[in-house]
Amino acid sequence: MSVLHPRTPAAPSRSTLDRRHGASGLLVLPALLMFLVFAVLPLAGAAVLSFTRWDGLSGIGWAGLHNWSAVMQDPVTGNALLLTFKIIVVSWLVQTPISLLLGVFTAGTQRYRAVLAALYFIPLLLSSAAVAIAFKAILDPHFGIGGAPGLGFLAQNWLGDPSLVLYVVIFVIAWQFVPFHTLLYQAAVRQVPTSLYEAATIDGAGRFQQFAYVTLPQLRGTIITSSTLMVTGSLTYFDVVFVLTGGGPGNSTRLLPLDMYLTGFAANDMGAASVLAVILVVIGLALALALTRFTGFSRMRSDQEGL
Amino acid sequence: MTASVTPRRTVLAAGLAILFGSAVAGCGTSGPKPGGAGGSTDGASAWILSGVTEQTFHNTFNSWNDAHPDQKFDVQAFANDPYKQKIRTAVGAGQAPTLIYGWGGGVLESYVRAKAVEDLSDLAADAEVKGRFLSSVANGGKVGGKTYALPNNGIKPVMIYYNKELFAQIGAEPPKTWDELMSQVDDFKQAKIAPFTVSGQAKWPLLPWLSYLMDRIGGPGVLEDILAGKAKAWSDPAVTQANTKIQELVDAGGFVSDFASITTDSGADVALLYTGKAAMTLALPSAYQTIQQSDPKFVSDGKLGYFPFPTVSGGKGDPDDVVGNPSNYWSISASASDDEKKTARAYLKDALLKGSYIDDLLKDGNVPPVADLGPRIAKSSDPDYFDAVYSMTAKAPNFALSLDQALGPKAGDAVLTNLQQIFLKEITPEKFADNMNATLSG
Repeated sequence: MSVLHPRTPAAPSRSTLDRRHGASGLLVLPALLMFLVFAVLPLAGAAVLSFTRWDGLSGIGWAGLHNWSAVMQDPVTGNALLLTFKIIVVSWLVQTPISLLLGVFTAGTQRYRAVLAALYFIPLLLSSAAVAIAFKAILDPHFGIGGAPGLGFLAQNWLGDPSLVLYVVIFVIAWQFVPFHTLLYQAAVRQVPTSLYEAATIDGAGRFQQFAYVTLPQLRGTIITSSTLMVTGSLTYFDVVFVLTGGGPGNSTRLLPLDMYLTGFAANDMGAASVLAVILVVIGLALALALTRFTGFSRMRSDQEGL
Repeated sequence: MTASVTPRRTVLAAGLAILFGSAVAGCGTSGPKPGGAGGSTDGASAWILSGVTEQTFHNTFNSWNDAHPDQKFDVQAFANDPYKQKIRTAVGAGQAPTLIYGWGGGVLESYVRAKAVEDLSDLAADAEVKGRFLSSVANGGKVGGKTYALPNNGIKPVMIYYNKELFAQIGAEPPKTWDELMSQVDDFKQAKIAPFTVSGQAKWPLLPWLSYLMDRIGGPGVLEDILAGKAKAWSDPAVTQANTKIQELVDAGGFVSDFASITTDSGADVALLYTGKAAMTLALPSAYQTIQQSDPKFVSDGKLGYFPFPTVSGGKGDPDDVVGNPSNYWSISASASDDEKKTARAYLKDALLKGSYIDDLLKDGNVPPVADLGPRIAKSSDPDYFDAVYSMTAKAPNFALSLDQALGPKAGDAVLTNLQQIFLKEITPEKFADNMNATLSG
């Protein structure tokens, strides 16, 4: 709960707090209502469904703990969890440095950087399905990019090699989402007061030192925001993977959300799919809370004290 | 402050009312409408698939509507995959169209179990209808001895399509036995030609390999035991031997390199055949339609050959047995009104697969599953091919439905994944049997 009610040492007196909560409490009503109807209610529904037997066609029957024990014992679930954590970690490791550096680079004011920034931004404008279909065609070992003269080395078993395919998926996802995070970093870098750089220059700091001791600390909040989006986003990677690989070959890209979809809508086992949905929600919530807590983000510390 | 509170609350309340009102109204208008899109709630409805045969279906319903102004159909077309999901939701919610388009097999069985479709046995026994269809295909609409669906589309037997030029290049003839096929693999490899093309990325193109080998080795009883849910049915030696043979073929380089990366929705697998990179493919007639669309000269120049799946020495199965999709089918929704049901029954009895409907299908490259088709095939664009498809199906003692359709959804999903792992050699045939046996109890 400390996340929702941050208490700072300089907390306002009780009466002002109450008055503030009175007005803002009313304003939050519509959002709260939406949240209840479209988030909490379906969530409760999924939780209830996870204890039932339902093929989506005939009646719903009580199944007790059967779905839960079946899903927990299924090696496919363990594999999906492992893949999901792998994709979270590797995606973060790949996307964060690239988008951070690109963001810092494009934050400059020269015109060529504006043009480049616009170019970088293009992948974000394409729908995930279009991106996946395009990459599927490009990665075809016989008619894809490997067929171009001089690029024969690119004719690989990209989507068919179980040990390789996850990294191909991570690459495609990074290609699609790095521009978004670049944009975040670009905006954040432009927010850094120039006086800090001027002061650093006077102190004799070089470009690298300016980056390490001024830019990076100033980007702290953005890094946390971007990472939270990346991590929770990784939990929902579905469209690209579904179109690109369908979870295959075998189970090598059957991530948790995809496993949930295939269990629910290909195998028509809504009960088991609901179990996976609940697991997904719990992991997502835990990760988001952990990120905000351990990074100290919830304390809303100012990075610009004294400015 | 105090003065403004009341109006603000009123505004808020009004806003909420609008929000709620529209949300409720939204619920009322969303979801599939039983009467179809046209707004005519009293007429019968049918959902069809977009693509090759879409126009054929529009033609038959249009001419029916013109001739029966009081018994009209409202027709809507959907793409294949979205349709499969939409129809299941619609049937489950009792909002299905009057005519339900299906594939037979496990899905039809689940409809029957949920009492969602009408028993059409009386219609099938009607003198007007009886004898119109090939019996092996009509059987695909039966569940527990009763007819719940009637065929409405071309027959889709799987056979091996081959590039005649590449065969001539190494002086090969279509193999009649599995051993001949295996020895030709070496010949093709030495000539730097990939023997078989297959899309390993989409999982379903791998299915006929298992189905055919299972049937050739152990006969139709193997699949029947599996479908009947007999304990350990997947441990039948015929299944294990079939998977072993598949892995032997993979080891011998029988499939084009990196086949697991090849897709089929873009036609990349079939393209390898007509561009001369691979000699053969084991495929549905859709392969023929793809070639006809992408490289019509390949067909008209007589470069495309076809032959049935080879026999396996010592196997129990009849070499004439066929695997594939017998046809698509119409069922009548049990939740339709009496008038709608009457209209649907009249259509199935008087118009289904009759007259120009048959010629339309042949023009699409589809062979309709009707009796005595010979004269019409003779007048078609490619009589040899159509006759091969037709006679193969007509004389087949057993026509096995594709595994993913024949099995229930859960086992169907599992067989696709496990078979892909067999092709990738990620699991052994024994592990395949164990994994699949687990779906029998669930």
